[in-house]
Amino acid sequence: MSVTAPLELPIGEESHVLGETGAVEGRSLGQIAWRRLKRDKVAIAGLVVLILLLLVAIFAPWIVKAFGHPPDMYFRDQIDPNTQVPTGTFGGISWDHLMGVEPQNGRDLFSRIVYGSRVSLLIAFLATLLSVVIGVTMGVIAGFVGGWVDGVISRLMDIFLAFPLLVFALALVGVIPDSAFGLSGNNLRILILVFVIGFFNWPYIGRIVRGQTLTLREREFVDAARSLGARRSYILAREILPNLVAPILVYSTLLIPTNILFEAALSFLGVGVLPPTASWGEMLSRAVDYYSLPYFMLWPGLAIFVTVLAFNLFGDGLRDAIDPRSR
Amino acid sequence: MRRKHLRSLGAIAVVAALTLSACGDDGGNGGGNGGGGATPEFNGAVGAVFNASDKTGGTLKMGKSGDWGDSVDPGDTYYGYSWNLLRGYGRALTMFKVAPGKESEELVGDLAEDLGTPSEGGKTWTYTLREGLVYEDGTAITSADVAYAVTRAFDREVFPNGPEYFNGYLDYPADYKGPYKTPEMDISSAIETPDERTIVFHLKAAYAGFDYFAMTPQTVPVPKDKDTGTKYKEHVISSGPYMWESWEAGKKYVLVRNPEWDPATDPNRNPLVDRIEIELNLNAEDVDNRILDGDLHVDVAGTGVQPATLPTVLNDEEIKAKADNPGSARTWYTSIIPTVKPLDNIDCRKAVMLAMDRSLYQAAYGGPLAGGDIATSMLPPTIPGHIDFDPYDSAAEGPDVEGAKAALADCGQPDGFDTNIAYRTERPKEQATAEGFQQALKAVGINLTLKPLAEGTYFSDTVGKPSYLVENNIGLATNGWSADWNDGFGFFSQIVDSRVIRPTGGSSNLSVRVPEIDALLDTAIGELDTATREGYWGEIDELVMAEAVVYPGIYSKALTLRGDGITNVFVNEAFGQYDYISMGVE
Repeated sequence: MSVTAPLELPIGEESHVLGETGAVEGRSLGQIAWRRLKRDKVAIAGLVVLILLLLVAIFAPWIVKAFGHPPDMYFRDQIDPNTQVPTGTFGGISWDHLMGVEPQNGRDLFSRIVYGSRVSLLIAFLATLLSVVIGVTMGVIAGFVGGWVDGVISRLMDIFLAFPLLVFALALVGVIPDSAFGLSGNNLRILILVFVIGFFNWPYIGRIVRGQTLTLREREFVDAARSLGARRSYILAREILPNLVAPILVYSTLLIPTNILFEAALSFLGVGVLPPTASWGEMLSRAVDYYSLPYFMLWPGLAIFVTVLAFNLFGDGLRDAIDPRSR
Repeated sequence: MRRKHLRSLGAIAVVAALTLSACGDDGGNGGGNGGGGATPEFNGAVGAVFNASDKTGGTLKMGKSGDWGDSVDPGDTYYGYSWNLLRGYGRALTMFKVAPGKESEELVGDLAEDLGTPSEGGKTWTYTLREGLVYEDGTAITSADVAYAVTRAFDREVFPNGPEYFNGYLDYPADYKGPYKTPEMDISSAIETPDERTIVFHLKAAYAGFDYFAMTPQTVPVPKDKDTGTKYKEHVISSGPYMWESWEAGKKYVLVRNPEWDPATDPNRNPLVDRIEIELNLNAEDVDNRILDGDLHVDVAGTGVQPATLPTVLNDEEIKAKADNPGSARTWYTSIIPTVKPLDNIDCRKAVMLAMDRSLYQAAYGGPLAGGDIATSMLPPTIPGHIDFDPYDSAAEGPDVEGAKAALADCGQPDGFDTNIAYRTERPKEQATAEGFQQALKAVGINLTLKPLAEGTYFSDTVGKPSYLVENNIGLATNGWSADWNDGFGFFSQIVDSRVIRPTGGSSNLSVRVPEIDALLDTAIGELDTATREGYWGEIDELVMAEAVVYPGIYSKALTLRGDGITNVFVNEAFGQYDYISMGVE
């Protein structure tokens, strides 16, 4: 074993050394993990779905141009003016409206689902990134420095974990001004949502990182580096952090679906992105009024379900692959 | 694109045809169904008695989603359904005639033998009570009890919900705080009871419509020795045909016949059922479903079925025949704020009036049946004095884009402008309205940004505050108003009088600042002749529309369900709901 116990991340990069009969050359931990992951069909299915979702989000305007309509466009001709629900069967599904149309104003559901993926994924990714940055920083400091610093940070994490996040989010989004920090309207809303969701979730990552750092700190290769006269910053950057990449990656993957759900919950409660921007939670919330016709609930519900499931399956698979003992 | 365009034209025609046929239904039923009979018919209880019957006995079962909105204490109620039900266990000085159709616009004496007698040009009003009036325990009802009931409602700390009419108009001593805090104070400057059957009200200023005040439940007599303040609601002493058997907060109310009530003293009421049960805190959809299943008779709230129930009701002729579509004295509208640039220019305001697609407003509230009719002006047609006029051609199919563009050019903003539209976050219908405005106004280059605001502080701290509107560039604000009773004063006094606009906020008038209208209101308030007074309301309405400071959305209607097995059902237009004290069961 080398001094730094390397762990690269070869995901997506085909390793040539892996073969059934296998050469005798050593494999890195990353390579081994990738091999395990590839054998986990469920996780790979999750990964494929995720990549598809990402592509949908990125290419939303083109997809909608080809198969849908502008997401804010009204199609009142699809709606029975008295009952306010689509005249067509199954919520107005047709070749023109692949998933049917919304009650009341007839906006194309397919286009809104496609555009909604952007909001969900963007907010979830950014919020997760924020959690990871804060969580890793605090966790590493707590674990590596120890002593009273560790005590303070750990208590802080406890406080954050006990915080009634949903109530706070509802209150905060209710009082934010029209424009702040040089942003206004929806951009400000997204920033606030990212902040609320991300800022209060860091202790989950923080605790894991702290624990890992505590054990890593006492490992032989760190002792070795220390006895060779390495400075703290060197040890942190070259010895500890690389070994934290795996757990961070796994828990980020598992945090993203939580954040997607949280964003959906906020949108459902009316404090998500501003209308008429489409978001899955908001679509679900509108559909509840028409619960006797389940078509409108089906699509956003399915979108959230599939996304969360895919992230969870992939995240679980990744954890098993990187750390089989946790299975 | 072409294909879609053609299709949408077709749809507009369909919408128009349906709207027209809906209107036709209304007209047809207005006079037709007088004879009753058990054949269910859509709108059968509007303008006529459905399934007329004299059969007494049985239990009327009502349900409500959520808790009772205010209270059952006559001094502490403001909701229409509260006032509707209250007539069953409380008698006010006057009441609206218990009858279907326009007849219910007429006020008649209830406790009082007749309407009030004005003197001093409408500054003093005298009522004489009927003979032989008693409470549920047999004790006599005196004019002192009525006076006590009016004064106890003065205390807003004890009774926060009721209307403020008496408090504002009666000439109480300056430091009067109500009978609980200042019991010894002499209030003869406001109310006098020269004998057991006479009550005299003294007003600060002449007011011609005082009989409407006398109709509010605050004149329902309360025996002083039985009054328990905030706890009185747990057992209100009845003066009407029903009395309280049990009052379980947030769960169930039960009313039974009051044996002491003497029909000889009460020419207005004809109670049929022996028992009224009201279940509270039900799920809103559950209320609809239970009525459809025959498990409940009426939804007390009277606001109509939930969106999810709408297709069930309308797509089945048999169920639709059990529904009614009453209107109420409520208009949903959007204020166009003339203090926000560039809407200070009337042509820019007109551009908004012309560019909005009215059918989107109607759709936002649930369509022509569940939402209401497209409004052409502010004053709803159920209020006497309403005149039909349509200055912005609202009846036309779709918006007048060319006209709007021309108005924009006149305003000096040919490419349009940007502004914000405020609405209450908690109200999905207002959100849909705001989105509709955004969608329609985009076509002429007016770009709206939606601005959801909290309902609780909407009028007190945000849109009700003139400086907030200007600072936040809120050019449009959705809101609405319902008259406390079908009268122009009740409808207009708080929403078109520029003097109610206060810099500190709290005003319901967001945009109407026309001195001419203020003057007209003052003239109307003092006018004792009913017909002349009602003429002023139409005039005010026309002035508001000419200024283009209010975009009228819809005259509110509700799609309500008549449960199985109820008789003698009709919509009392004073409330826009079924008349709860006239129904019987088979």
